[in-house]
Amino acid sequence: MSNQTKHTGFFASLENSPSTNEFIKGLWRENPVFVQVLGMCPVLAVSNTAENALAMGLATAFVLLMSNILVSTLRNFIPKQVRIASYILIIATFVTMVDYLIQAISVDLHKALGAFISLIVVNCLILGRAEAFASKNTIGKSMLDALGMGFGFTFALFCLGAVREILGNGSFFGIPFFPENFQEWVVMILPAGGFFTLAMWLLIFNAAKNKG
Amino acid sequence: MTEESLWYIFINASLVNNFVLAYFLGICPFLGVSGKMETASKMGGAVTFVMIVASMCAYGIHALLVAVNAPFLQLISYIVVIASTVQLVEMFIKKMSPALFRALGIFLPLITTNCAILGLALFQTNKGYGFFESFVYALGAGAGFTLALVLMAGLREKLDFAEVPGIVKGTVLTLLVAGILSLSFMGFAGLGSQ
Repeated sequence: MSNQTKHTGFFASLENSPSTNEFIKGLWRENPVFVQVLGMCPVLAVSNTAENALAMGLATAFVLLMSNILVSTLRNFIPKQVRIASYILIIATFVTMVDYLIQAISVDLHKALGAFISLIVVNCLILGRAEAFASKNTIGKSMLDALGMGFGFTFALFCLGAVREILGNGSFFGIPFFPENFQEWVVMILPAGGFFTLAMWLLIFNAAKNKG
Repeated sequence: MTEESLWYIFINASLVNNFVLAYFLGICPFLGVSGKMETASKMGGAVTFVMIVASMCAYGIHALLVAVNAPFLQLISYIVVIASTVQLVEMFIKKMSPALFRALGIFLPLITTNCAILGLALFQTNKGYGFFESFVYALGAGAGFTLALVLMAGLREKLDFAEVPGIVKGTVLTLLVAGILSLSFMGFAGLGSQ
């Protein structure tokens, strides 16, 4: 439980290569959004600008990391029958923390993300990792898995957010991207744009997979 | 609270701001269970029921939490209520119709992590709806969810017979159809402006 054990576990698992694999797999081979198609709701809903997408991705990654650590720590103490309920309670606790944290850092950002911060609780990705990975593996491995999946998720959200903001708003992180007379593709900012952009990215991923 | 305003809440939740197509809530079952018309409509029914129960409970819990001044417990208590309601529905369906239970499969317990339900509870709290307003809001949201699911299932049943390039098959095709559906639902945008 102490920091000490966490660190030894963390560094020990970095040393043998199969564990570094846990980190890499979430980024690319088992990317939660593009390959597993998990946690779609926030992916589509808050990816209308690059900034929102990045903030949402990082918030999710944080919750994923903390809940994976705790679930993995408690994996031998939680009875099988009530495990899902326990996981959800653990996740809900961290989400409440993140919610208040974001509110403290930037009220504007909190307003932009709205209820979707609270909705991290029901992101299937987090519960999925708790159930499929953290409940069966050591703390070090679970941390790596959470980091990989978290960054993979953030990366995917960022890909969507960037495309939607550049085409729909003509800007990137709020900075104008195109010359004055660029006609914005309003549809990209609208809900439908989210579906289309995600479909396009999945198409690219499928094409890449078929080739390689 | 006039009758008009209740009607407005219903239309708003079911068509104008459809939970699936405008707010992107409940996408997982929307993509997962929308393969067959029959399963889709029953899934819609189950979700609507859980929504109504959860919304009523959320109204009570919110009042209680405001009374004891503990708003930070909101999220945790909501999710516990939703999880128990889903458990109840699951047992009920298992008893009444084992066939349906098998058809819904993993997506039945996953109603717990259906963001549409938690989203509904949070939205109604944010909007400060009263008891009847919450009820109508839940009814509208459930109807909207069912409508989206059934429409999607109908489209996908037809698409099964279409010649589609292999690379587009599966999730990509579903997402494209969902995008077009979402575009067409924007036609309702002017309906509830009042």
